[in-house]
Amino acid sequence: MTITQLRQQLTAGETTATAILEQLAGEIARRDSLTGAYLSYDTETALAEAAVADLSLPLGGIPIAIKDNMNVLGQPCTCGSKFLENYIAPYDATVIRKLRAAGAIPFGRANQDEFAMGSSTENSALKLTRNPHDPSRVPGGSSGGSAAAVADRTAYAALGSDTGGSIRQPASHCGVVGLKPSYGRVSRYGLVAFASSLDQIGPITQTVEDAARILQAIAGHDPADSTSLDAPVPDYLAELHNGVKGFKLGIPKEYFGAGIDPGVRKNVEAAIQLLAAQGAEIIEISLPHTEYAVATYYVIAPAEASSNLSRFDGVRYGHRAANPADILDLYQKSREQGFGPEVKRRIILGTYVLSSGYYDAYYSKAQKVRGLIRHDFETAFTKVDAILSPVAPSPARKIGASGSDPLQEYLSDIFTIAANLAGIPGISVPCGSVPSDEGVALPVGLQVLGPHLGEKQLLQIAKAAEIL
Amino acid sequence: MQQCHIDVRYVANLARLELSEAEIAEFQPQLEAILGYVETLSKLATSALDATTHAPPVFGKMRDDTPHTSLTMEAVLQNAPDQAQGQIRVPKVVVDA
Repeated sequence: MTITQLRQQLTAGETTATAILEQLAGEIARRDSLTGAYLSYDTETALAEAAVADLSLPLGGIPIAIKDNMNVLGQPCTCGSKFLENYIAPYDATVIRKLRAAGAIPFGRANQDEFAMGSSTENSALKLTRNPHDPSRVPGGSSGGSAAAVADRTAYAALGSDTGGSIRQPASHCGVVGLKPSYGRVSRYGLVAFASSLDQIGPITQTVEDAARILQAIAGHDPADSTSLDAPVPDYLAELHNGVKGFKLGIPKEYFGAGIDPGVRKNVEAAIQLLAAQGAEIIEISLPHTEYAVATYYVIAPAEASSNLSRFDGVRYGHRAANPADILDLYQKSREQGFGPEVKRRIILGTYVLSSGYYDAYYSKAQKVRGLIRHDFETAFTKVDAILSPVAPSPARKIGASGSDPLQEYLSDIFTIAANLAGIPGISVPCGSVPSDEGVALPVGLQVLGPHLGEKQLLQIAKAAEIL
Repeated sequence: MQQCHIDVRYVANLARLELSEAEIAEFQPQLEAILGYVETLSKLATSALDATTHAPPVFGKMRDDTPHTSLTMEAVLQNAPDQAQGQIRVPKVVVDA
């Protein structure tokens, strides 16, 4: 059931917030051991909130799962890391405060790659999450728990965070909708920082309409986050169903080259035809610096991460190593014991590209190329209203199949990373499936990218591409 | 861009990470491969360009400088690994004269 349907039942008096929550908690208890989408959930607290839910509000009585890197007062916030395994959030993130103000009930902590570093959720130090469509495969990542729960119907909707594709790619792999808003559209106060010039919070939902409903609730300026933009929040639902007639949609030739799974290509091309049949004009465009996006990202994101994660020192919160010889030993041992391998790799990489003698060659260089990538999009959006592409080159892979080659895993982020570098919004919409060797239908996602703060039109186009 | 010659042990120390020998052996070739790939950026001429630190050029709206309630001491200390007398306890950081 979608948020729209739940809200109809609630306002018609056919069900109650308590009944919805009890039923959902039952589903999680019965089925989540197979998928492993949740790290924890607190039914008692949520039921107390459901009992007093204001059903007159836009999301009144709707439970929403939260990726485990956003603070919810009194709940764990592990970031999928041993470092924060016992951490209890002392306050609500702004997105949580806004969800509550809209009547929603934060319920359940969704698994993720440790500190959101990864594309499979296998980097969670706490739990393995499986793809509900094929339990031998990954759900994608880093918001894999959020996407798996929505796909498995153990959540009606969820929040994720997206630094290089971490909302859109798991949504694609799990066959649900995932929206990364524009940089600055949603406050990040209370989101544990990974790469501060790239991170955004967004919804993972069953439908485009539900994504619009959640964005409506969480968007807007926040005095506690100076990077949140003081721009008006439009009515995202007002023209959602108005179609794509007359819209110009760009197909970047660089995104349809070699390396795409033929089944993915076929489904994405069918989705493009569906939009063309509804009156959209399809135009080939070029984003000439696409081939540099992954390299740029894997300098900038680790650089920012190495700085952000320096706060995890074992002093004020989180893991502290036992019996340190001195303060330096406390830092080094706490970090060695608390962080997993992918986090360590990125901290080392980030420290290296920021270190004296290498800063200009790597970090400054990447920031300059970032400007070229952004300029590619600015040029493209003078010609088209939105850009269409696959979300990922292939469907969800087998658990454990990435082996010990992090570079190959990074390269699979090629279609999602540029949107974060350019700060533009992107959405993943289910557009069919590819049969696996075992005959399982593996979901494929269409990515729609729009200009900065262009979420309203982006959602309208995504809605037209949606097959319900 | 110079040929990458990352010394994982040295950089880990800069980042206050104590790695095992096995981790150093694992990370060294992986990070060399990643940095080797990053060298594709050197194909681009960028000397005339400015650095882009944040994607949208507008940000930095500061909040009003007015006092407001912050977290209580109890809330701040609830996650502290070791505490005494309302303070976080750490190993001795000053050396006797």
